[in-house]
Amino acid sequence: MSIDLNSGLIALAPELVIVLGAVSLLMIGVFATGSGVRIVNGLAVAILIFAGALVILMPTDGTAFNDAFVSDSFTRFMKILTLIGSAVTLVMSVGFAKAERFDKFEFPVLIMLATLGMMFMISANSMLSLYMGLELQSLALYVVAAINRDSVRATEAGLKYFVLGALSSGMLLYGISLVYGYTGTVEFEGIAAAVTNGEERQLGLLFGLVFVLAGLAFKISAVPFHMWTPDVYEGAPTPVTAFFAAAPKMAAMALLVRVVMDAFEPLTSDWQQIVAFIAIASMVLGSFAAIGQSNIKRLMAYSSIGHMGFALVGLAAGTQAGVRGVAIYMLIYLAMTLGAFAFILAMRRKGGNFENISDLAGLSSTNPLMATALTVLMFSLAGIPPLAGFWAKWYVFLAAIEADLYALAIIGVIASVVGAFYYLRIIKIMWFDEPLGRLEPVQGELGTVLGVSTVFTLLYVIVAGPVEAYAEVAARAFFAG
Amino acid sequence: MSVGIGHFLTLSAILFTIGVFGIFLNRRNIIVILMSIELILLAVNINFVAFSAQLSDLVGQIFSLFVLTVAAAEAAIGLAILVVFFRNKGTISVEDVNQMKG
Repeated sequence: MSIDLNSGLIALAPELVIVLGAVSLLMIGVFATGSGVRIVNGLAVAILIFAGALVILMPTDGTAFNDAFVSDSFTRFMKILTLIGSAVTLVMSVGFAKAERFDKFEFPVLIMLATLGMMFMISANSMLSLYMGLELQSLALYVVAAINRDSVRATEAGLKYFVLGALSSGMLLYGISLVYGYTGTVEFEGIAAAVTNGEERQLGLLFGLVFVLAGLAFKISAVPFHMWTPDVYEGAPTPVTAFFAAAPKMAAMALLVRVVMDAFEPLTSDWQQIVAFIAIASMVLGSFAAIGQSNIKRLMAYSSIGHMGFALVGLAAGTQAGVRGVAIYMLIYLAMTLGAFAFILAMRRKGGNFENISDLAGLSSTNPLMATALTVLMFSLAGIPPLAGFWAKWYVFLAAIEADLYALAIIGVIASVVGAFYYLRIIKIMWFDEPLGRLEPVQGELGTVLGVSTVFTLLYVIVAGPVEAYAEVAARAFFAG
Repeated sequence: MSVGIGHFLTLSAILFTIGVFGIFLNRRNIIVILMSIELILLAVNINFVAFSAQLSDLVGQIFSLFVLTVAAAEAAIGLAILVVFFRNKGTISVEDVNQMKG
């Protein structure tokens, strides 16, 4: 048996760039003095952009490492989203680092290692590469959550995230071991073939499926495995929270799609019920639990739980239109979330950053431009047409209705209406309450991110055609054979 | 009576359950939670090795080696986070992990 290493390495080019980049940046960070943090941060962004360019410009369809690693149109789509999420987070962390003494060069290095793990998750084609990618991402994220090690809240967030993350990894592994035992292989194609050829559905295999899905649901913070999300979002430093809300969600969602559409494709009717239940529970909890929140980061946590529920509606359909819906949803969610967190990072008055929603009172008269931007983003998150958030929901609900999942679509629409309440409350506070005083001027990079994401959500209709076509190509990766 | 695959699976299921309950029912010490996590991972390893022997397939044993490696890294990071938490809070009791509620 000969292994064609060269063709495999070409498929791995973006990952190799990030590995070498992360290791060299660690060395630069250790030996550079003075402005080392800014150099490392800038180089990290450059390397992530370079890896993204490689993903776009050198599209290779194929597998590496004996089918453990796969590269196709879907992995490219999700990798680009992940890289955008990571790079933009690093850009946004620059100003925060200066103001809050958050200038640790380990931060960009850890973000790059987490991104590397995410790219391996997206490209995973066997349970072993899935687990290794997931752990590379998780171990980096545990440290990033607690990176502000002098803060009680940040270390508590890290501790909670670690304990619950390790538990979910354990459940995932237990599921993998059962699947391995009942199919005799850990490769996705092998699992699908073994399930198809087996005479009857085995109880052990179904147990394995449930455990695997539970472990993955934790990573996208879907109900009932969402408990960590609000605490970690609130406790971690804001750039870290922005990162948690953006990049890992993309990778974990891509992984979930890959696992259910490839490995467990013959068991569609079984996982469909589980995914539909998780979707309903996430949408409903995300909508109702956010109503009472006063901290905007906590509110964004419940918002992200709800949005993951909406995205899962598309996956529950189990069709090509459904996967396309998930891909478009993740793209639009990424744009809206990064914009919202750019705004949260820009929420500064003389006394420092604030996180209470009530402190935004009367922002429309003191900072009209920022208030308008956040209004657009909140309307979009609530799903008001013709903004991007509406189209995201449109594609997933359409896929659900085409797959005859009427109940799921109706509950989704109701949850979306309930959820609109708390987004509109923020808008009401900004436009109709008594002003509290001006914010400090927004730094250039935050303003750019906020502006770009606002314009994108506002004018999504213009780019809807190409985005849809690209997502369609991505979704076709699962339905070619 | 010979020891078959069923015995191994039962043992690992029991260990896994003890581990999960150890995390949720434990009200005293975070170190106990770290031990419970190790217990869960070792239960999984028993599963993998037992299945590997049953199927005469090496992948399961290789997987368990990977799990052992990751478990070591995970324990190191967990203890490190626990140490910084202890420095800030002065306690490692589970009941005192309560700065944020929700």
